[in-house]
Amino acid sequence: MILAPMNDTANQTLEPLATVAANESQRVKLAVRGLDFRYGDFRALKGISFDVPALQVTAIIGPSGCGKSTLLRIFNRIYSVYPKQQASGEIILDGENILDARYPINRLRSKIGMVFQKPVPFPMSIRDNIAWGIRHHEKLKGDAMDDRVEQALRAAALWDEVKDKLGQNALGLSGGQQQRLCIARAVALKPDVLLLDEPTSALDPIATGRIEQLIEELKRDYTIVIVTHNMQQAARVSDMTAFMYMGELIEFGGTEKIFTKPDKQQTEDYITGRFG
Amino acid sequence: MIVAEKLYRRRRVRNAAALILSGCAAVFGLFWLVWILWTTLISGIHALNPDLFTKMTPPPGESGGLANALFGSLLMSGLAIAIGAPIGVLAGTWLAEYARRSKLGEAIRFLNDILLSAPSIVLGLFVYSIVVRPSGHFSAIAGALALALIVLPIVVRTSDEMLQLVPGAMREAALSLGVPQWKVTAQVLWRSARPGIITGILLALARISGETAPLLFTALNNQYWSAKPDAPMSSVPVAIFQFAMSPYEDWHALAWAGALVVTLFVLLLGLAARWYLHRSHMAQD
Repeated sequence: MILAPMNDTANQTLEPLATVAANESQRVKLAVRGLDFRYGDFRALKGISFDVPALQVTAIIGPSGCGKSTLLRIFNRIYSVYPKQQASGEIILDGENILDARYPINRLRSKIGMVFQKPVPFPMSIRDNIAWGIRHHEKLKGDAMDDRVEQALRAAALWDEVKDKLGQNALGLSGGQQQRLCIARAVALKPDVLLLDEPTSALDPIATGRIEQLIEELKRDYTIVIVTHNMQQAARVSDMTAFMYMGELIEFGGTEKIFTKPDKQQTEDYITGRFG
Repeated sequence: MIVAEKLYRRRRVRNAAALILSGCAAVFGLFWLVWILWTTLISGIHALNPDLFTKMTPPPGESGGLANALFGSLLMSGLAIAIGAPIGVLAGTWLAEYARRSKLGEAIRFLNDILLSAPSIVLGLFVYSIVVRPSGHFSAIAGALALALIVLPIVVRTSDEMLQLVPGAMREAALSLGVPQWKVTAQVLWRSARPGIITGILLALARISGETAPLLFTALNNQYWSAKPDAPMSSVPVAIFQFAMSPYEDWHALAWAGALVVTLFVLLLGLAARWYLHRSHMAQD
């Protein structure tokens, strides 16, 4: 059982937040400790601490501007593309602090994949969209590469729709297919963690349903962290839920508990639609 | 009811008046353009024969063509693109990808815009003073350099703008696969901006193929066949200039033919650019 509803534990750096069961499936994948984030002078995240459990889906919810996407974008340090953005604190992945500047950024990103709000296929063939990322990390030849591409497309439930047109430009796919292609692209690197930043907000309900079903399947092999502005979606797909407000982590716990009897009044107000 | 009808009538009258005025303005503008093209076509078509492409520029009173000038134009324009385009694409890439919001980037963008609007004769004089005078003679290389200085700012500007149009999400998506930035730029972003960048290069080529001023001070002219890059070389615009200024009837005909060929070449380049852009958009839809 993982407990960690607290945002005032920033000073407990590195101490386990709660008694983590020895149970393998409940192992902590990402341990966030005292995480602060600044855009220039603006402090966007304030002392965030919680544990992302392995092989589960963790949803981050909260009103617009609460910092949920910011938090997600720290996990693979994609924020560092922009100057003036700074993170401090610790995020421990397999015993190493990934915020340490010495942690090789490209290794981090091959371990923690990301899928963005809008599907962005690269302007190349469907096969190359998948193979492009792999080529940089592994030397796979002919058949091995084909196998890996197929594996990734199968994992993203896209294989049957595209297997006869792998050479075609990926920009010809529908929005939902493009988003599954982006998931396949991330999965192809065999990461440990998948970050999903509002992955269905640009999709129609049917495509959304498929992605949600896919998330359910993907969690057998990957630890998933999903940011969503859709509370029903969070309730449907996640095991754990983090509620954020104004850059602070208000409450973190089992999804069912958060959605039925949260500890904090703020959480309840948000869940029941009284603000946000 | 009646008020509404009155209002409606008044709007219709105004609409008609505005439509007629803007139509007249369009016709006025097009009139000159069509006249220019028509004159060029009618006067040029008479001298358009195989000799034009096979014979050298003649002395007065003899028959000839523009073969050496056409070759010179192609060679110098090609060289100018070969020099200016790669540097321009790289500089534009640096501006868009590495210096987007930096002060240095802004300053360079500003200087590039000045270079873009600099009169081409100034560029010719510049190359004259740094290449022609020290070397002691006019040369095709100097001509190509002057033309490259025209190509450069155009390509810098279009590459910069086309790369800025690539959505930030594409950069993030590519970087999030753990691929270094130079690879992301060369293999994803360039590919995405390619139609725009190539169109920019084609338009730069169209621009320099009619430039006369920068060549007058650099490549000068040559009445005979020359493929030597370090010797004076003929070019179509300069040949047109020389022949049109002459008192000889047959030289005038050659000048018209040259003008027609350059115009058609520019027209074809424009069409090629449009076709290429259109095709790339089709592939994306």
